[in-house]
Amino acid sequence: MTMAENSIYGLMAEYDNPDDLLHAAQGAYAAGYRKMDAYSPMPIHDLSESLGYDKHRVPFFVLLGGLLGACAGFGLQYWVSVIEYPLNIGGRPFLSWPMFIPVTFELGILFAAFGAMLSMFILNGLPQHYHPVFNVEAFESASSDGFFLCIEAEDPQFELSETRGFLEGLHATKVVEVES
Amino acid sequence: MASPAPIQEDPTAPAPVLGPGQTYTTITQKISSIITSRTTVGWIVAVALALGLMQCFLLGVTWLLIKGVGIWGLNIPVGWGWAIINFVWWIGIGHAGTLISAILLLMRQDWRNSINRFAEAMTIFAVICAMQFPLFHTGRPWVAAYWLLPYPNSMGVWPQFRSPLIWDVFAVSTYFTVSLLFWYLGLIPDFATLRDKAKKKISRMIYGVLAVGWRGSAKHWHNYEMASLLLAGISTPLVLSVHSIVSFDFSVGLVPGWHATIFPPYFVAGAVFAGFAMVLTLGLPIRAIYGLHDFITDRHLNNMSKVMLATGLVVAYGYGMEQFFAWYSASPYEGYMMQNRMHGPYQFEYWSLILCNVIVPQFLWIKSVRLNPYALFVVSMFINVGMWLERFMIVVTSLHRDYMPSSWDMYHSTLGDWLLYAGTIGIFLLGMFLFIRVMPVINMVEIRLLVPRKGHGKKPDHDASTEVSAE
Repeated sequence: MTMAENSIYGLMAEYDNPDDLLHAAQGAYAAGYRKMDAYSPMPIHDLSESLGYDKHRVPFFVLLGGLLGACAGFGLQYWVSVIEYPLNIGGRPFLSWPMFIPVTFELGILFAAFGAMLSMFILNGLPQHYHPVFNVEAFESASSDGFFLCIEAEDPQFELSETRGFLEGLHATKVVEVES
Repeated sequence: MASPAPIQEDPTAPAPVLGPGQTYTTITQKISSIITSRTTVGWIVAVALALGLMQCFLLGVTWLLIKGVGIWGLNIPVGWGWAIINFVWWIGIGHAGTLISAILLLMRQDWRNSINRFAEAMTIFAVICAMQFPLFHTGRPWVAAYWLLPYPNSMGVWPQFRSPLIWDVFAVSTYFTVSLLFWYLGLIPDFATLRDKAKKKISRMIYGVLAVGWRGSAKHWHNYEMASLLLAGISTPLVLSVHSIVSFDFSVGLVPGWHATIFPPYFVAGAVFAGFAMVLTLGLPIRAIYGLHDFITDRHLNNMSKVMLATGLVVAYGYGMEQFFAWYSASPYEGYMMQNRMHGPYQFEYWSLILCNVIVPQFLWIKSVRLNPYALFVVSMFINVGMWLERFMIVVTSLHRDYMPSSWDMYHSTLGDWLLYAGTIGIFLLGMFLFIRVMPVINMVEIRLLVPRKGHGKKPDHDASTEVSAE
């Protein structure tokens, strides 16, 4: 990496349809690039996998949230009904667990939903107030009809002119530098 | 700029869920233009009417808080009146939104993509309306907090967790929260589109904040899709549990006409039935006014009608079972309850209910009715009314003559009842009108997924030569 490349975040190639983008991402990964990301207005099947990002970590947090919520729900009812405020109604048991299922279930769902939402935010680094890709003028179409692949300057294999040539060879309609 | 995606006729494809000729560009333009275009006079008039109707709510609540629940038609034995009827009615309407956004997503029904956003909005506003009734039926909600919510209070008392009414508090508040999260999750990428399309700085800032820096990266989508799928997965048992718990409010009690095991499935089917009717009631005018025929196609009308017909038949089966068990239980009280419904002082309401919910939906067997927006609108209005009458029937006719003839009484609605009910309709309409104006009424991301893709099904051998190049 040369000094001049320090001021740029990476090189961004634009494609005009999802299939060209997918193909380019696969090509870039096969060529050994790793620090890169693709941008599209809707999810594209296999795209993140072809960039080597294939682990799903959201489900773990959903399960964790669900278990925590269910335990909190049951614990709350146990503590209230057995320890803190036991009501003796005709000698019936304080721990009438079948009656505690609905609240346990609902709180499990509630915490699982927060697990899904918060883990999506945290894993994606959102909210994020600044990102270099927005410096590219054409990038505003990434949320409507543009498809982009950005190879980042941090990638050990990144070399400005060579990477540019490589991206142009992958049917990009345009390749621009992204300021950092 | 990117060129429009290629449009190709595929003879093997099923009936289209997206009008022909729509591309990524036109979809974004068409749907965001509803927001970016100038405010029309019609919209202002509609908002003014909804605001006016909402004043009924303010009046009704103020009067209620000054005088107490005595301003309603309640008495003993009818201690539950319009408050619970309206609560169940609104909650039921909300359920179609979750059904469309969650259950149909899991079943990979791609026709849901264009109706799920406003159906979800409908859920949010319907649940907001529903929550007003349990809150205000306590008369003085600030005093009621200690038996609704578990919090350490100076009296040292706690809620009764063995009561379905407390289950209701947890179920409905969880339902509202999860619906809101799911809705917002779906809106984030669309907010990003609006951020990038916005012409004014202020709207770019507002949508920018709401979009939380979304940039549509493959890694974003990777986690987003999983979160969305799992939220759908957990919303599905949630929505079934919510209306089951609502039905427990009745069926756990011993009142004739309430104490029935059919209630949970019968209530859930009724909720979906009512909800789809409301989706059509709102969707048909939105489609006509904003010219969204390419997104809400005949196939959508057809499918929604079929769902209504099917759930309507389940509801009709529920009525049949109520009749059957009134006879089969051999309980004189159950038997009298049913006789009283059919031939008693509320027989007009009962037979209107049968007309609205059992007879009128049978027209949906006819295909030309299913595809005619006017006929469909009329049928859905009948169902909206019918489902309200169903809850009236369950609540009032069961209570007003129960075990002891000496304590029988009649229930008559009062102005106080009407003000609150009309007021929540105002809140609902106001919410929907504001939503249509500032948020994408159709989920743009999911519609983009319906655009036919050139390389799909083939291996991506970049045969881009035939295709229009950029610029």
